[in-house]
Amino acid sequence: MKLTINGETREILKSQNLEELIRELDIQAPHFAMALNQQVVPKTKYASTPIQENDEVEIVHAVGGGV
Amino acid sequence: MNTQKEFMKIGDKVFKSRLIVGTGKYQSFDETRQAIEISGAEMVTVAVRRIELDKNKDSILNHLDPKKYTFLPNTAGCYTLKEAVMTCELAREAGLGNIVKVEVIGDEKTLFPDNEATLEASKLLVKDGFHVLPYCTDDVVLCKKLEDIGCAAVMPLAAPIGSGLGIRNPYNIKLILEAVNIPVIIDAGVGTASDASRAMELGVSGILMNTAIAGAKDPLKMSLAMKMAVECGRMAYEAGRIPKKLYASASSPLDGLIEL
Repeated sequence: MKLTINGETREILKSQNLEELIRELDIQAPHFAMALNQQVVPKTKYASTPIQENDEVEIVHAVGGGV
Repeated sequence: MNTQKEFMKIGDKVFKSRLIVGTGKYQSFDETRQAIEISGAEMVTVAVRRIELDKNKDSILNHLDPKKYTFLPNTAGCYTLKEAVMTCELAREAGLGNIVKVEVIGDEKTLFPDNEATLEASKLLVKDGFHVLPYCTDDVVLCKKLEDIGCAAVMPLAAPIGSGLGIRNPYNIKLILEAVNIPVIIDAGVGTASDASRAMELGVSGILMNTAIAGAKDPLKMSLAMKMAVECGRMAYEAGRIPKKLYASASSPLDGLIEL
């Protein structure tokens, strides 16, 4: 299944929902957040949020930055 | 002696340090951590960006103790209302809290804010339960509007972001201080310690800076200089400076002078 993750096209092999996607991508950031097709998804809903071909996924975290 | 009469209050939190620091432009996470520790800041701002999927998995948050610091996620780099609002929502979802620095940039060269979009974004975020700290120009009318819609503070710029020019218009900052009843925090433009002191002497509640420390030849020493400058400026403000006069006023008594 092809997804656009953080602006890049990626082939996803086995994930069916956001929780599985996080595991498949091996995301280890201590604090991160996700949006699916421009809608922020709460962490509690990752497992119940299915992903489909051509979905746009954003995974963000805190980085050094100031003003 | 009580060196500070009152503390800085933002949203529902109280801060002993009036210095808020950024976490960008340092050489390493270790330097970031040390500089922040030396600055005495209790609030640190972070940007929110896409995770690099195949790169180093280390994160700035692995180096800053969340028990020690309040994170202030910012929307730096956002050019539209929609981007800024979504960035704040993502930050809250990522566990970075609900105090946010709203920044909607309107011009690439000066990094001046798009005040109209900033006001609209702030309105939506206040309604959504955020404590909003908007980065704005030093405009009295705008700051009053930002107060009216429920912002927790206003953050007028002293000079363009990263310019180090110091306070370009102290009179406007003074007018903003008179016009609003929420904290006024100087955001951007500070170059060196005297700029920070001067801002604090005007009576602002706090200062946010990043480049002035991270870009100094010795960031750790500058961090300490800024900590002291902010404290000194605040103390001088609370102590109350003497009025400026054109002519001299002797500080030794005239009585008892030797007469020749």
